Amino acid sequence: MHVPDGFIDAPVSLAAGAVAATAVAVGLRGARRELDERTAPLAGLVAAFVFAVQMLNFPVAAGTSGHLLGGALAAILVGPYTGVLCISVVLLMQGVLFADGGLTALGVNICDMAVVTTVVAYALFRLLATVLPRRRSSVTAAAFVAALVSVPAAAGAFTLLYALGGTTDVPIGKVFTAMVGVHVLIGIGEAAITALTVGAVVAVRPDLVYGARGLAKPLELRTAEGTVIEPVVSTAPPRPVRRLALVGLLAALALAGFVSYYASTSPDGLEKVAHDKGIDSKAEEHAAKDSPLADYQVKDVGDERISGGLAGVIGVGATLAVGTGVFVAVRRRRGRAAERAASAGTA
Amino acid sequence: MTPAPGTPSLEVRGLAFAYPDGHQALFGVDLSVGRGERVALLGPNGAGKTTLVLHLNGILGGGAGTVRVAGLPVDKRNLAEVRRRVGIVFQDPDDQLFMPTVREDVAFGPAAAGLRGAELAACVDRALARVGMSGYADRPPHHLSFGQRRRVAVATVLAMEPEILVLDEPSSNLDPASRRELADILRSLDVTVLMVTHDLPYALELCERSVVLSDGVIAADGPTRELLCDEERMAAHRLELPFGFDPRSVAVRG
Amino acid sequence: MGAGHAHKLYRHARSPVHALPPHCKIAAVFCFVLVVVATPREALWAFGLYALLLAVVTAAARVPAGFLLRRLLIEVPFVAFALLMPFVAEGERVTLWGLSLSESGLWGAWNILAKGTLGVAASVLLASTTELRALLLGLQRLRMPPLLVQIASFMIRYGDVITDEMRRMRIARESRGFTARGVRHWKVLATSAGALFIRSYERGERVHLAMVSRGYTGTMPVIDEVTATRAQWTYAAALPLAALAVCLTGWMLT
Repeated sequence: MHVPDGFIDAPVSLAAGAVAATAVAVGLRGARRELDERTAPLAGLVAAFVFAVQMLNFPVAAGTSGHLLGGALAAILVGPYTGVLCISVVLLMQGVLFADGGLTALGVNICDMAVVTTVVAYALFRLLATVLPRRRSSVTAAAFVAALVSVPAAAGAFTLLYALGGTTDVPIGKVFTAMVGVHVLIGIGEAAITALTVGAVVAVRPDLVYGARGLAKPLELRTAEGTVIEPVVSTAPPRPVRRLALVGLLAALALAGFVSYYASTSPDGLEKVAHDKGIDSKAEEHAAKDSPLADYQVKDVGDERISGGLAGVIGVGATLAVGTGVFVAVRRRRGRAAERAASAGTA
Repeated sequence: MTPAPGTPSLEVRGLAFAYPDGHQALFGVDLSVGRGERVALLGPNGAGKTTLVLHLNGILGGGAGTVRVAGLPVDKRNLAEVRRRVGIVFQDPDDQLFMPTVREDVAFGPAAAGLRGAELAACVDRALARVGMSGYADRPPHHLSFGQRRRVAVATVLAMEPEILVLDEPSSNLDPASRRELADILRSLDVTVLMVTHDLPYALELCERSVVLSDGVIAADGPTRELLCDEERMAAHRLELPFGFDPRSVAVRG
Repeated sequence: MGAGHAHKLYRHARSPVHALPPHCKIAAVFCFVLVVVATPREALWAFGLYALLLAVVTAAARVPAGFLLRRLLIEVPFVAFALLMPFVAEGERVTLWGLSLSESGLWGAWNILAKGTLGVAASVLLASTTELRALLLGLQRLRMPPLLVQIASFMIRYGDVITDEMRRMRIARESRGFTARGVRHWKVLATSAGALFIRSYERGERVHLAMVSRGYTGTMPVIDEVTATRAQWTYAAALPLAALAVCLTGWMLT
């Protein structure tokens, strides 16, 4: 899915580049807050891991094989901030070194493969992890669903960008059906491998799975004489961020519900009008006028629920991305202060 | 500030530490290493050797007890200075050599301490010369052999002019020739050395004195040869000499 | 990836293009590709001129044409996509060789093929005339956040190490008689991936320890600085400026 140069026109490529740069900046800030000075080595090693895992072919059926994209896996293992960073760096290096993915399309590639996959996967994963019972099997199940949805979500995001800045008048409905259809299949493989991998890590080093941190037991320290001494690593007080993020996620879901509702009713009409008036080939125009998601409810997708649901998921992703941006901007100062305190507190 | 003569390079008093997962690794370690001494730190797997090493430059901390490096207590205020004075060479040189070229890797420490330009270059050249790797400055570390990488790892630490050199399993994975070369280099250095190892002949060859860390405390401290000959004590701490090796029959070079 | 592949990606030679500072080259290539993407697709001759410009640079850089053409293969998946376009796109249809094709689809396919190929060729030229290390320094000079540059350089430094570990794990699996044949074996592969992640992450922690031990506090010390003279910038700007002239003419004529 590495988009080459010329696939998306220059203005949209630049806009996507700006969005990608913002997302990476948010990722840098977030990763720094979580990992502090460990950011560079850890994110670098995880990026190397993602790069290696993308080369791990898994056989599908006689003769054919697929490979992991790794967005969902990275998000669940190291968290959304570091995940976005790692995948972006992998894409950057693939673009610059291997010419895999165009330089001007780097923004587009980062937006759909690094940002949408990680954000959608992580949001879904957290949501499921909160809802499901606190067990290891739940972590695996949540990872499966998160990875499964993240891949077609990325395909959806690509379609959106294509609708805005595609250079060929292929009807958006067809692009969407083809992209999402293919990527649902890819998503199944991605989901299975992601879930199994997360399961394998949780079984051995649950503390390394960012998304499963809530499962750890509280710590206790003793000396030889049996006296209890102060814990060495002070556990940070629970951040209000968690709850806020959850509320945000629920709000985003509710919003997504509305969006998908409208997506499933009005655009059919719009598309029909467009078709009648023969302006179908300019699909991007009404996509821009109306909610862009309007295009996601497409006549070519038979099952209304599936298409509506997918539109919803993409809505959640987009809303979360925007919301996180605002949230980070607002918390900028406090974040910096906390960062300073944290770096002073760790040795 | 130069420490008074006679101040030991390293002084550890009553050091106890437990990991966040509850596992306690050190139970009150006392150890003193004088200036210019070469001491081997022996002990079975899981004895707490690595934990102790990570305390020496303040990477781990917060338990009970104190560590002093040339009189300077290891705590948050002195961390930068302590890390300059204690040079740790980790077991896997791939972990230690993280920069794209040998030169940059050796320069990393001094540059972080503020050295620049010609001074920095001279410092890098000197450190590489001391380990016999002068010709390799512009090579990427992963194109070197394992033995060469270990020597460069030693150079990265020497470049910081440490008070004490701490080596974690310096002889592991080395072929006999590289092993001897490294021994020659270590002998030629004029610094205090604390060498963590399982390799008892290597300890005998390089270090007059050995301490045994077992179950989180110092269980023995004395001349290496005596220690290696004390079969009962050796067996008690799961220390075993290689087949056919008799410490009594070996002549040790000064 | 990274250094291990470096010899494949980078072609060492002495040429004016190799000698340019990396940030000039990156900026030039990026602007060139941007100009190409912004060119109206109807200006067929413009793309011919762009190709000619790249050919001139290729010759100046002494990159063999065969090497460049082989590297263009990376584009193949999207060529397939482009070839589908004339069949699925809407609008007026034309009949060619007995096939009913969409005119706008044909234009679209041409657009992607021409611009995509030029883009890939420009990137390949950049990668084959600039060392990995220099590319990263160049990105840093172009104000890419230092932390991002650090992450990228760690990825490149350890890409080989991790890929090697993965290969060793595969060999270990296969020497025990296991070959992945179908969906049933996903679990085994995923377990390997999980183990690989743990190893990578733990190595990251160890590298961090090694860095901290040498005085790292979050920023990389600047060891060598790359600078560009005005003449070098002018030289590098020749490519995108020539392309811009072509592009503007293209807009005026169509």
